[in-house]
Amino acid sequence: MSTTGTSTIGGMGHRVKRKEDPRFLRGKGNYVDDIKLPGMLYMDIVRSPYAHANITKIDASKALAIPGVLAVVTGKDLDAAGLAWMPTLMSDKQMVLPVDRVVYQAQEVAAVIATERYIAADAIAQVEVEYDPLPPVIDPFKAMEADAPLVRPDREQKTNHIWHWEAGDAAKTDEAFKQADVVVKQDLYIPRIHVASIETCGCVASFDRVAGKLTVYMTTQAPHAIRTVFSLVTGIPEHKIRIISPDIGGGFGGKVPVYPGYVVACVASLQTGHPVKWIEDRSENLQADSFARDYHISAELAANNDGTMKALRVKTLADHGAFDAAANPSKFPAGLFSVITGSYGLEAAHVAVDGVYTNKPSGGVAYRCSFRVTEAVHTIERMVDTLAQQLKMDPADVRMKNFIPPEAFPYKSATGWEYDSGNYPAALRKAMEKIDYAGLRKEQAEKRAKGELMGIGISTFTEIVGAGPSHTFDILGIKMFDSCEIRVHPTGSVIARIGVQSQGQGHETTFAQIVAEELGLPVENITVEHGDTDTAPYGLGTYASRSTPTAGAATAVAARKIRDKARKIAAHLLEANPDDLEWQDYKFQVKGTPGRSVGMKEIAFAAYTNFPSDVEAGLEAVDYYDPPNMTFPFGAYICVVDIDRGTGQVKIRRFVAVDDCGNIINPMIVDGQIHGGLTMGMAPALLEAITYDENGNMQQGTFMEYLLPTAMETPAWETDKTVTPSPHHPFGAKGVGESATVGAPPAIANAVVDALSHLGVTHVDIPFTPWKIYAILEEHGVAE
Amino acid sequence: MTQHVKLTLNGQPVEADIEPRLLLVHFIREVANLTGTHIGCDTTSCGACTVQINGVPSKSCTLFAVQVDGADIRTVEGLEQDGQLSPIQEGFFEEHGLQCGFCTPGMMMTAEAFLRDHPDPSEAEIRQAISGNLCRCTGYVNIVKSIQHAALRMREGQAAPQEAPVTAEAPR
Repeated sequence: MSTTGTSTIGGMGHRVKRKEDPRFLRGKGNYVDDIKLPGMLYMDIVRSPYAHANITKIDASKALAIPGVLAVVTGKDLDAAGLAWMPTLMSDKQMVLPVDRVVYQAQEVAAVIATERYIAADAIAQVEVEYDPLPPVIDPFKAMEADAPLVRPDREQKTNHIWHWEAGDAAKTDEAFKQADVVVKQDLYIPRIHVASIETCGCVASFDRVAGKLTVYMTTQAPHAIRTVFSLVTGIPEHKIRIISPDIGGGFGGKVPVYPGYVVACVASLQTGHPVKWIEDRSENLQADSFARDYHISAELAANNDGTMKALRVKTLADHGAFDAAANPSKFPAGLFSVITGSYGLEAAHVAVDGVYTNKPSGGVAYRCSFRVTEAVHTIERMVDTLAQQLKMDPADVRMKNFIPPEAFPYKSATGWEYDSGNYPAALRKAMEKIDYAGLRKEQAEKRAKGELMGIGISTFTEIVGAGPSHTFDILGIKMFDSCEIRVHPTGSVIARIGVQSQGQGHETTFAQIVAEELGLPVENITVEHGDTDTAPYGLGTYASRSTPTAGAATAVAARKIRDKARKIAAHLLEANPDDLEWQDYKFQVKGTPGRSVGMKEIAFAAYTNFPSDVEAGLEAVDYYDPPNMTFPFGAYICVVDIDRGTGQVKIRRFVAVDDCGNIINPMIVDGQIHGGLTMGMAPALLEAITYDENGNMQQGTFMEYLLPTAMETPAWETDKTVTPSPHHPFGAKGVGESATVGAPPAIANAVVDALSHLGVTHVDIPFTPWKIYAILEEHGVAE
Repeated sequence: MTQHVKLTLNGQPVEADIEPRLLLVHFIREVANLTGTHIGCDTTSCGACTVQINGVPSKSCTLFAVQVDGADIRTVEGLEQDGQLSPIQEGFFEEHGLQCGFCTPGMMMTAEAFLRDHPDPSEAEIRQAISGNLCRCTGYVNIVKSIQHAALRMREGQAAPQEAPVTAEAPR
């Protein structure tokens, strides 16, 4: 793909400054909590103090007596309307409000509707709820025991086991293990974490009784799918529902699910005829919204003594909380976890995952990660290092030895994925050169001799993004295509509307660049709109790094449809045969006659003023793009850590990230995505984890306990790239938004274990908090 | 029970009868209708609500509006002057210092006040200065560059009058 766009066009490969920024820089963004409608009411939510309890009584009389309180909505009210439960994306159902039982702490119990925000907050304290506590199920392993209390007695199956899922070839894997010289085994826990976007979730639901239309301004990453689900659940005709996803203050997967608050706010607006605003506070967001990870993994890797990897066997217990409300494509209860063979050519692999209910909020949403890929990458990248340590080989050598060779693409993995393209050795070599790997190993040896703890960690990951081909991927039956509609106006400016939705990714800029490149019109004359279901074409939304692979492709294809029509108009204007024209330097020219050419601006004008008789007026097109395959971005990361023997603190001294996401639309934006992704990769490695006590009390309910990285812990990330285009994407791009979140944690983990390996340490689970590391230092007699 | 407050907001006098418990951030967002100041955590941790109170960056989610009666408050809406982006806004634009934009107003209010006292800061000083402002999108790399860009612009802006040739009559 060319990156020859001139600066006046601002097409592919240009560092075009963002179109979104002028409003954000002036405080003129339009986030959900900024929306104020006439007569708007406010909703606040009563939440359960218990993780597991029967509700014996709800008395709202004191709350209703407060001036300004209009209604208290309970599960019984919703039940009467058939709305006490709603479907999840994973063939499960979840409570909107409970009728008689709560199943996690901070679960929504009732909602107060009042004229003012503060009155609603006053009133929730006056809703009297009587509970009869039940024994909670917190440990997922105990949940699987026969005598465990039942989290979900509403189900036919009277166990806490949700599903069993597997991929790969068990027999072939067993056979490969038998023939291997060496088997390394490691248990890993990937803790429960929370995306904690700086903007919490919320909505303004506004039901117009005259028009019979429900408009919902909503913090959602998938407005179209939400509209369809709302219509199916409530019975409101779909054309009478409008979902608007305005400016969104970060998504990262946490704004994919439908939370009870959204639904109750809609019901409250239907009941009162007033707009109803609901905005979570941070504690509600951290305690009750869906969580990521929480995988208990047991992995075995078989290899020969020379370091040749042969097979991988993985068993996992997945803690899904009280409802299986994971945000995965419907056929993938464990997401894309089976991409776990990573960048390596294994003979065989087998993966099994069991989902289990516990008395916690729903798990299984992403944390800036494409459907469980982070868990997979962490496992394989740790196992490669475990093998290297066992065989006393350099982890870089083991990787080089086992990489899928560049000439083997497209490559069919042992678990059935077809990797589109890759050049793994090139990326690792680049990272090693950039960081001076040999020099670092020398320095490490010197430091070790002095008793200092320095570690070097490598991660050479493969991502799988861009769901997806419709034969494999759907959400509640809706195929995971995506879309773009482009209209070229008579004067040569453009509006493009896309089925995906930005939460900071800069779609208004990058999608305009795609159109600019394809049509040869300047990027500043192209407006991109998204997020309003009344105007944008249907799409599945932005998550799992799918925008560029799917809607980006749709944008290019729609633009090419316009170009096809433009060719006929150009032929008319140039008095030539369409077949005699070529698209060159953003213009149609008569082949071999550069002087006879016409640009898209003139063609656009002609499309409305002077078009040939056999061509329709106008210049617009729409495309619904069904990708033939996923895209497989990859990268090579190297991390250097120093561990303070006096405090146990892990400090990232350097981190080099070489990423390959194929052809790049806007290098400035890709760099920004990688910086942010690396930071959200570092966060669970060093700081973030959600834990519960034995009663199911969540222990990180504010930002004073749940520690997000600040500028102090975050290193100055060093980024670089290789470019291996996707062979099947219209402009050779792959998704990139989550690569770094997926790739960074094992680089840090491998560095920490490497720093301690000479002491006999073979594994430490993330996060590497100072107290955890200090305990290890004490255990090995090296604490200061 | 209400209390009367009168303060200056971005150079304009604002007064209102308010509940004593009204948080400053809600006063700014819902009484004065300036929604550029955001709420991210309620515990003074994230800094999305940072405004300048008498020039000092302060988190408006844990202050009552009545506590700042008479104060001079500046919010993100007060940065732009005469249609010109301020150096800090220009820095964030040029260096791609924002993605979702939610933390950006608070981040800029902190950084701008910091640069007034530290015209030529080191990277470590910048990182320390913004450590009370959380950003989930950018990984801070480009925010640091944005602040460095603004520092340079502000130094140039201040240096200009000194370097300007003296054309007025010599002082007597």
